[in-house]
Amino acid sequence: MSWLPVALLAVPLAGAVLLAVPVGSAARGPTARERWFPRYGLAVSGITLALSAVLAAAFDHDDPARMQFVTNLPWIPGLGLRFHLGVDGVSLPLVLLTALLTFLCFAYLCRGRPAGSGRVPAPGRSATPSPGGPSTPSPGDPPGAASGRPSEPADGGRPRALAFTLLVLEVGMIGTFLALDLLLFFVFFEVVLIPMYFVIAIWGGHRRRAAATKFILYTLLGSVVLLLGLLFIWAQTGTLDMTALARAHGTGMSRAAQILAFLAVGAGLAVKTPMWPLHTWLPDAHTEAPTVGSVLLAGVLLKMGTYGFARIAVPMLPGGATVLAPWLGAFAVIGIIYGSLACLAQRDLKRMIAYSSIGHMGFVLLGFAALTPAGFNGALFGNIAHGLITALLFFVVGSIKERYGTAEIPSLGGGMLTRLPRLGSVLTFAAVASLGLPGLAGFWGEVLSLLGAFRPAAGLPRSLYLVFMALGGLGTVLTAAYFLSMLSRVTHGRPVETVHAPVLAAVGPADTGGTGNAESGEGTADVGSTGRGRGHGRRGMRDVAPHELVAWVPLMALILLLGLWPKALLDVTGPVARSLLGAP
Amino acid sequence: MIQPIDYYAVAPPLILALTAGLVLLLDVFLPRAPYARPLLGIVTLAGVTGALAVVISQAVRAAGPLRTFCVPPGLPGSAAPGPGAPFPVTAPEAGAAPPCSFVVDGFTLVFAGLALAAGIIVVLLSMTELSFGDIPAGEWHFLLLCTLTGAVALPASRDLVMLVVALELASLPVFALTALRRYDGRGSEAAVKLFLVSVVSTAVMLFGISLLYGLTGTVYLERLARVPHAVPGAAAGAVSGSGVGTAGPAAVTAGGVDGAYASSLQIGHDLPPVLAVAAVLVLAGFAFKVAAVPFHAWAGDVYEGAPIPVAALLSVVSKAAGFAGLILVLVGGLRNLAPVWAPLVAVVAALTMTAGNLLALRRRRAVRLLAWSSVAQSGYILAPLAVRDERAMNASVAYLAFYAAMNLGAFAVVMLAARRGESGELDGYRGFAARSRIAGPALAFFLICLAGLPPGLAGLFAKIVVFRELVGGGLGWLAAVMAVNTVIGLYYYVAWVVRIFTPAPVPAATTTPAPAEAPAMAPVPVPAPAPGVAGTAPEAVPVAPGAVSAAAGGRTGQVAAGVAIALAAVVAVLFSVAPQTVFVLLPETLIATG
Repeated sequence: MSWLPVALLAVPLAGAVLLAVPVGSAARGPTARERWFPRYGLAVSGITLALSAVLAAAFDHDDPARMQFVTNLPWIPGLGLRFHLGVDGVSLPLVLLTALLTFLCFAYLCRGRPAGSGRVPAPGRSATPSPGGPSTPSPGDPPGAASGRPSEPADGGRPRALAFTLLVLEVGMIGTFLALDLLLFFVFFEVVLIPMYFVIAIWGGHRRRAAATKFILYTLLGSVVLLLGLLFIWAQTGTLDMTALARAHGTGMSRAAQILAFLAVGAGLAVKTPMWPLHTWLPDAHTEAPTVGSVLLAGVLLKMGTYGFARIAVPMLPGGATVLAPWLGAFAVIGIIYGSLACLAQRDLKRMIAYSSIGHMGFVLLGFAALTPAGFNGALFGNIAHGLITALLFFVVGSIKERYGTAEIPSLGGGMLTRLPRLGSVLTFAAVASLGLPGLAGFWGEVLSLLGAFRPAAGLPRSLYLVFMALGGLGTVLTAAYFLSMLSRVTHGRPVETVHAPVLAAVGPADTGGTGNAESGEGTADVGSTGRGRGHGRRGMRDVAPHELVAWVPLMALILLLGLWPKALLDVTGPVARSLLGAP
Repeated sequence: MIQPIDYYAVAPPLILALTAGLVLLLDVFLPRAPYARPLLGIVTLAGVTGALAVVISQAVRAAGPLRTFCVPPGLPGSAAPGPGAPFPVTAPEAGAAPPCSFVVDGFTLVFAGLALAAGIIVVLLSMTELSFGDIPAGEWHFLLLCTLTGAVALPASRDLVMLVVALELASLPVFALTALRRYDGRGSEAAVKLFLVSVVSTAVMLFGISLLYGLTGTVYLERLARVPHAVPGAAAGAVSGSGVGTAGPAAVTAGGVDGAYASSLQIGHDLPPVLAVAAVLVLAGFAFKVAAVPFHAWAGDVYEGAPIPVAALLSVVSKAAGFAGLILVLVGGLRNLAPVWAPLVAVVAALTMTAGNLLALRRRRAVRLLAWSSVAQSGYILAPLAVRDERAMNASVAYLAFYAAMNLGAFAVVMLAARRGESGELDGYRGFAARSRIAGPALAFFLICLAGLPPGLAGLFAKIVVFRELVGGGLGWLAAVMAVNTVIGLYYYVAWVVRIFTPAPVPAATTTPAPAEAPAMAPVPVPAPAPGVAGTAPEAVPVAPGAVSAAAGGRTGQVAAGVAIALAAVVAVLFSVAPQTVFVLLPETLIATG
């Protein structure tokens, strides 16, 4: 038994439990409370991050294929469910990514929202007629009807509940990557659903209810199918031990049973990933979710699906994988092309990034579909790279939306590099990283995936995979096309005042000292139906704020590091990829 | 001759029956003082708790099953089947114990404990309900105890007559309970509906049972279980020839034992169709009781018309009794007819969960939603019965136990909300979490449990248990249907949960609520905890001095409902963290022979 994985779960869980106890800062004012809870969350997730760093340091990097820090305790004998945790080269980077992104989300939330500016806390919210829940989305809160009143703040309000939700989310995400028992994996896989639902449904945008409902129903349907597949594996093999099942490489299951199980497990995971025909929940969820929700959704939750492919579907069911891999590859390539084309047509930045995620996940799936160590490495690398890059993109777009009050590309009016040089630079950096510029992290995942498709495993139709590779290459071009056209419309050109009085929504005077106070109140926000005006407008917008810088710099550094020194990650994943595939 | 009775074995129903009489007497002789109503409730509670204590003591005794009301050895019924039966059962082996009507085994104890634990919650809810004062307390508690007596006696029954009597004892008082509120048109309507449906179902079931008895000449489940073995070939020939009455000479041979190992398909072909008809009729009778499709239509009106504790009673205690009887008859008595009833049960389960969920989807009232959702849950409980494996029954029982805790909790919160003057509309639950800082998250927890998602791990594990049996038993299609239904169910449960956490619409005049003025109504400063509060902080529920008791103020009635919520929450959290508490209770061999 090793205490580290348990502590990684226990710390955020204990943090959440403490938040749930109805004591604490009741004596202080609401402002203090609003600041206190994100800082509390920052501390808890900071401890978690430190623990994960200890985990990475203590990890035996000479033998990453071996399962380390194993904890194996019986939990529910009646179900055969064991509390079985462990870390190897596949899960370690994902655990680190999760801990880092959660920490950065809390850092992003720690901005010290002032009481006076911004929203008026209680009445503003309570006066907002809310829709009667997902069952009646139409009458309550159509976007048109929302025009007259202020919408809810993107990630403000109920800070205690938000901190609680994010911490529970962290438990679920880390647990998913640590679990080595099929049912335990499933339990953690499900733990994230309700918190993420509430993140979208409470702190989301205008059409948050519908998006949240779509998200949870879709992903739950996927989860249930996944559960059936897992139980089917169990019924066939009689064990839930993921390491034993991975070592067995499908012995004990007939070919037909493996195909059936792969179909069920793969379909369940494909919803989460998401794979092309099952992706429709993703654009809505990403668009409506608040910034931290989008970051965690894209940065970590999608990885749970691909992690399932790496950990369960492909190693445990090689017979099914060989048969169905061409289909997986085909859907992946369609996803790449479809995602890129959809991105070209988007006007909303958040939505565009959401669709770009579909394309990038397509590359990850294509890497898995090759069933070779090279493809596997590419998929795992792309996984991490996408987590870092897309998280950064969502952070940046969230900040843009707070400043401009909109993320519509035409409304932004161009010239961001002139108006907000630093923000524009970060956006450019993230977009260029996302389109796969060599030297940045996004490049290696795509290249290795395409390389995997160039030389697929024996038994797979090579000519088909060459077509996949060609189409994937076309996808990279399209990806570059939409990102560059977006950049040309947003960051370049002459700034046009499309928004009358740009809104002060992002940065309050409290943590920025006098600047905010001096410049606020010069104009009244009147930004139309999409506006998030709160009565404080100003001519010039503030460039990157400290709390944003804190959240973004680690991501940019890691993107650069992985782009320049991919071996750091490939050394960890490579041996595991070989052992999971049963390759020598 | 004097029959020896094992009073220890019959103690739980006996205690309940005696308490029922005591309550009735007390009601007559107690002065009409304000303490009379709570006192009656407390006496009832003491009786139920006492019976539960006996059940627990029987459970920890860890010896073989207790048998009583056995056929004395001297009687003809003990050895030989009744005369003239067309398909008489085999004579039991020499030296076999005589059949008994009342057996306390693991199955009995699980169901009795479940009914009594649920009974405690229902009594607590009743104390809240009765504090309104428009319901006669003595009669109420008497009837409640009667129905609990039936529910406790039923799982111990091992012959068809006793089974029917216990089932009626569990059902009949509920009609009166439903209609007990005076001058309530909806209650009366609900009672009439329930009465008619129940009587029809009893009639159907009795017809089936009479057929079974007429065909086999025995009412003992243990002997019924041996029926088809006796007539591997003769029965088919006899029935194809002439039908019911004129059977050929049924060869009662030792070869019947070998017939037991014939393939189930073979048995299916060899079954006399009349037996199949009887089995289907019995199944239909129980389907009424558990509100399975196509006999589910009464649920919505009856649940809504009845007082909320009665709805809780119907949804848990009556349902548990119905399932106990169903399992006893199908698995205990007619297990060799499984090829007949198992596919039927599978189809009924699929239809029940689908219909229940679809009907719950558009409901606007809380109790009605719970009514249809409990129909859907019946489908989930039925599903493992379709797997022809005795171990699969354990999944049904386990699900029932999980479901009881979750559903009672939800009803308890609805009761408390109704007592506090919340409207029964789902939209009335907006901002409930802000108004009731404990009850709101508790309700959310129960609903998420029912939906079967973490943090409601109890519901998740319950569903996993059922799924496991279905997948392992080769009923993949039923598992797929149930998977889709789980998603549908989640939709309405989560829609309700979201309402609980949505800030209530506040009139525009109160846009600046001073903290002292209406702190509970201002949703934003109140950091309403997300769901899972009850799941992660169970100890906070009972000990917190918060909404449950504090906001009750002088209204004493709410305390009982608060205690009920706390109990249900503790059990649900226990089931979430340690579901093995249910699994270890389940006996290895489910039903001991009578």
